Parts: sequence; C-alpha cells; structure tokens
Amino acid sequence: MRHIIAMLMENEPGSLSRVAGLFSARGYNIHSLCVAPTDDPTVSRLTLVTREEDEGIVEQITKQLNKLVDVIKVLDLTEGEHVERAMMLIKVRATGARREELKRLSDIFRGRILDVSNSTYTIEVTGVGAKLDAFIDALEPKSILEVVRSGALGIGRGTKSLRI
Amino acid sequence: MELTGAQILCRFLKDEGVEYLFGYPGGAVLFIYDELYKQDAVKHILPRHEQGATHMADGYARSTGKPGVVLVTSGPGATNAVTGIATAYMDSIPMVIITGQVPTQAIGSDAFQEVDSVGITRPCVKHNFLVKDVKDLAVTLKKAFHVATSGRPGPVVVDIPKDVTALKADYVYPAEVEMRSYSPVTRGHGGQIRKALKLMLGAKRPMVYSGGGVVLGESSEELRQLVQQLGYPITSTLMGLGAYPGTDHQFVGMLGMHGTYEANMAMHGCDVLVAIGARFDDRVVGDVKKFCPKAKIIHIDIDPASISKVVKVHVPIVGGVKEVLGELLTALKSSEQQADKAALATWWEEIEGWRAKKCLSYDNSSELIKPQMVLETFHKLTNGDAYVASDVGQHQMFAAQYYPFKDPRHWINSGGLGTMGFGLPAALGAKFAHPDETVACITGDGSIMMCIQELATAKQYGLPVKIISLNNGYLGMVRQWQEFFYDKNYSQTYLEALPDFCKLAESFGHVGMRIDKPGDVEGALKEALALKDRLVFMDFITDPSENVYPMMEAGKGHNEMLLRELA
Repeated sequence: MRHIIAMLMENEPGSLSRVAGLFSARGYNIHSLCVAPTDDPTVSRLTLVTREEDEGIVEQITKQLNKLVDVIKVLDLTEGEHVERAMMLIKVRATGARREELKRLSDIFRGRILDVSNSTYTIEVTGVGAKLDAFIDALEPKSILEVVRSGALGIGRGTKSLRI
Repeated sequence: MELTGAQILCRFLKDEGVEYLFGYPGGAVLFIYDELYKQDAVKHILPRHEQGATHMADGYARSTGKPGVVLVTSGPGATNAVTGIATAYMDSIPMVIITGQVPTQAIGSDAFQEVDSVGITRPCVKHNFLVKDVKDLAVTLKKAFHVATSGRPGPVVVDIPKDVTALKADYVYPAEVEMRSYSPVTRGHGGQIRKALKLMLGAKRPMVYSGGGVVLGESSEELRQLVQQLGYPITSTLMGLGAYPGTDHQFVGMLGMHGTYEANMAMHGCDVLVAIGARFDDRVVGDVKKFCPKAKIIHIDIDPASISKVVKVHVPIVGGVKEVLGELLTALKSSEQQADKAALATWWEEIEGWRAKKCLSYDNSSELIKPQMVLETFHKLTNGDAYVASDVGQHQMFAAQYYPFKDPRHWINSGGLGTMGFGLPAALGAKFAHPDETVACITGDGSIMMCIQELATAKQYGLPVKIISLNNGYLGMVRQWQEFFYDKNYSQTYLEALPDFCKLAESFGHVGMRIDKPGDVEGALKEALALKDRLVFMDFITDPSENVYPMMEAGKGHNEMLLRELA
C-alpha cells in the first residue's frame, strides 16, 4: 500500500542523508521525497511516499525514522484524512492548430501556461499524482519535450497539525 | 575563559569524568595531542592500531557500563576505527569516538588524509556530528556523551576539523543539554505492564528469554528477583549471559543456534514468552515461522523499533528494562493472582527430561585436548569470577556454553557484528578498568592474528591478561559449516602458516606456553593464573575435528537441533 509520511527534522547538513541512508541501508522503498525548511528556519519538513505491501515494514519505517536523532516528529498521513498535492512542469511542442488545443487541455486540468515560445508551451499542473498522470496521458507522447515533477506534499485535514 | 578547541576538548573530557582515552596520533589531531601532553587528568592509552583503540574502549565500556572514549586522526585513522565502531553499534555499546578532520577550508578538496568520516560512519553510529565552529565544540561533545549513554546506548562520532582545535572560544562545562529531537522513553506504560503480569501469571508453560538489554540497563538484580519469585525457567541470549547466574537451577542455558537442548525445546514448547531486552536476532530465532508456535509473547525493550521487527508480539512494553522490571515486581507484590504452581511443576518435569539429555557432554577420554575441557577447567579454577573477553568463532561458543557466568558485564564478546580480532584489545580495555581481577581472552588461532599487534600495548601498560588460545589449526566455525553444508570442501580454512605463538608472545616480552596434552591443561592454567603480573599466552593445541553442538541450522526451528553423538 502507498503511504505518505511527513516528518519534522532539524534543518542541519546531513539530516536528509540520514533519512535517505536509512531507506537504502534497510532496503525500504522510497517513491518520492520533498524537503524544505518550514516557517521556523531551524526545522525542515520532509514528505516521502513509500509503497510497501507489508504493513509491518511501514511500521518499521516510521519507528526507524523516529529513532534518527535529527528527526523531531513523524506522522503517517495515510492513517487519517489528508490533502496531498504534487506539482508538474511540462514543456510541450505547440505549433499551428495544436496551440489552441493545448491551451484548452491545460484549462481543463486547471493548468497554467508559464512560458511560451513560438513552438512550445511550458505548463504548470498541480494535483494528486493521478491527475498529473492523466494530464500526461492526455497529451500526444511525441509532443512532450520535458517533464519535471515534484514528490507529493501532504497535510492532515481539520484542526490537527504536525508542529513542534 | 577563552581556550583553544584542543584545550576545550581536554578540559571537557576531564569535566565529564573520562578516565581513559584510547587514541592514536596523526596530523589532524596534533593540536589535541599537544594539549594531552600538558595534562594528566585523562590517561591516554596508545594501542598499535585504531581498530585496537576502538575495541579497547569497547571492552572498557562493556565491563564498566561507562562510555568508552576514542581519539583517532582523519582519513585512515577514521577508517581503521570503523570496524570497532560497527562492532559497538551492533551490540549497543556506549562509545564516543573523536575523529580528526582536515581543516574546514580543505574539506571536500580531496586533501591529504581526508575522508568523509561523518558519511562513512553514518550507517554504523547512533549519531554523529561535524563540528564546524569552535563555539559549538563543548555543547556538541556533551550531546555526544548524552546520546551515547542514554536510551538504547551506542557509539557517537564527533568529527573535528584541525582548525577548530586551534581556534579559541569561551569554555564552560555544559552540565546538561537539551535536544528537542531526542528524548528516549524509560518508563513503561502502566496498562501494558498490568496486562503483561496477568498473562505471565496465567501461564502454564512460561519461559523468560533475556538479552543484552538487561546487562546494558543494569537490571540484573531486578531480573533475578522476578525470575526467582515466579519460579520460571530462564534462558539467555549470547549477549545477556551473566545477567542471571549461569549455575542457578532455573537457568536452562543459552538459546539459539548453539543453545542448549533444554533451552531451545522450552522455547518451542512454552505458552507465554517474556522477552526482556532482547531483539529476536536471527541466530536466536532460526526460522521465524517456526518460532515459539504456541506462545503469547511479551516484549520489554527500550527501543520501540526492536518491537515487532522480526517477530510479532502480543504485549509490547517500551521502556527501560530496569524501570519496567521494577514496576512488574511492585505489581507482583500486590497481585492477588499468583503463578500456577501445579502447572509449573509439570512444566519443570518436562524441562528436566530435556535437561537429562546432557546436550553439552563431550568425549572427555580423548587423547587430544578438547576445547570444552579447557574452558570447564578455567571455570573451575576462577570460580566463574573472571572477566572473559572472547574473539569470534567456535571458541566463542565454547566459552558461552562452558563458562557459566555469575555476574553481568563479565562476558565481553562481539555478538552482533561477530568481529574477529575483538578479543585481545577488548580484554585489555577490561583490564584497565579492573586491574585487580582476572581478565582472560578466549581466542583461536584465526582470530588472535587479527589484532595480535596489541600484545605491544599490553607490554607498554603492564596488562597481565591471560590469553587462552584454542588452537585447532583451522578457522573452526567456518570449517564446521563446510563440514556440515559444503561437502567437506575445506576451502581456505586451514591455516598452514601459523607462527610459533610462544615465541611470538615472548618476542613482545610476555610468557608463552604450549600445551598439547589433556593432562597438562589444569597445571598450565594454574601456573598462568599464578603469574599475577605477567601476560601469559597459552597455546592449547586442541582436537581439530571438534564441533560446536547442539546446532540449530539456519532456517530451522528450535525443536530441530543437531546433537553431538558420543560413542
């Protein structure tokens, strides 16, 4: 099952490599990862997505993450209601009649055209992973010039917050 | 007061109460060595290899419970220390390892003797630090000691660039540190403890399985009280030996791959298993699917990640073993329910039936020296009071089986990582801590060669440890596996070019003895023990075909042991 795990950790050099090293050393799957400092510059928030069939391994992942000395708090967002978003920037070939069609398609996905040249569009799309996949599927494969995707970000619904 | 980084380090170690610093000098730590030269509060010990330094600090830590402290230079100094750091990590031994580093401005430039020590050690430390500003040095050192010694202990590396040791900052000893990201749980959950007690008291065939956590958590006394009040059988892991007296009737011996028949059969047959400070290692468990098939499992451990990692447990209790056992004892005192005496009597009868197999008996009429006999005799002569450090291999298992320990912290061995070469330096580390006690190193002709250079350290500091080498001319444990599972293809396990160990020991200024007849074993051991102020290297020429039994093969269950067949 897919799990989205959020954690707060000390914003110090090497913190990220401790997390990455833990996953590679113990052979855990890591599908995507996002990390940046929070409103408190001494704290980073890291969101990672893992796919593990065995729920015991997911339990181990959260326990092992909690054990890292730099990690302050860990939360498996999948355990509760949550919102998640990822972002994609995609550069597509846009010439002739295709230009109008791509604009419409982008609107349907609530995308934004960030950059235009005489033969390309660069479109920003945000949403859950499946929506970004769907956008790619809606495009003609040959027209895709470059794709850059972030990992998922997540936050719990309601009044509960993951804070120190 | 303004001090240089090197002065801060020396002052800090003194203020922290560090008695011994096991270190080896080099370019990146020259400022530190210059300061060490000018003080005498911390005794610096010079091994002959950085691996030796780490194992000495480790032996000191295991035999005292205090953190072992190591100082090495950058580059090869740090990489040589890695084996010792990993050894301590696997067995949760508190250690602080200070590694020199090239100056901050040279980091990342492939400078002379530069390695990424923090990167290299990351997977085998509890935590590590790179000190980039001399102002952070004292607090970082305090954090290192705090992390190393609290919760589930472990080694912590502090990497200090050379310029940081020369720059100045104000120094005040930080008596305490706050770390918002690190606060180990020590008190167990009251509800879980009551649940565990109820389950324990309702057991018909209870079994206590205790591990190294009992030793590390200084809770041997609580364990003894609990087990004796309940009257339950107890087994121990390799790491936990000595926490419960090895000669007590309730102790059924070590469990696992080379555990006793009675311990393993009782594991297989029990209906309630109480795991205390043990981590269900593969050498203990065998096949997970066949592990304790009838048992409800209670697991007490300070590390939440140890719980349900290998085997799913029914009643987990996260907390310090000492605190939790203390609470169990209190709850037991006020409990109306008591252990089921009648069921227990039947259970003990069954266990006695297994014990009657005498699975540790061996051919004691042999004309060759049996390794078991050497250890039994050594046990008899030392009354089970010696500190025994061991290397890794058959001799390690023989020591665990035939030297029943009375007390915790007397059995010093690399159980998790299985580091050959550990024994001699670890024995020396223990001897520093216990100068008036008998300290022995049980080793073999393979292991001893891996840190043999430390015989020089023993000479320099006058450390009269007793080396008992069970010399069978083979890497015995590997040979045993080749005999059982690889068609007797003794691939690279015969050590054809062994030195004359007596002459070798003598060349370092020690006493060497060669013993090749069973009749001479006791006399030689007595003579060696009588030489109170000399290191004695006893080279026992033992039966090369002897194997360690019982044996539960990897992937088998506790009820599927190979036993020694005697004619």
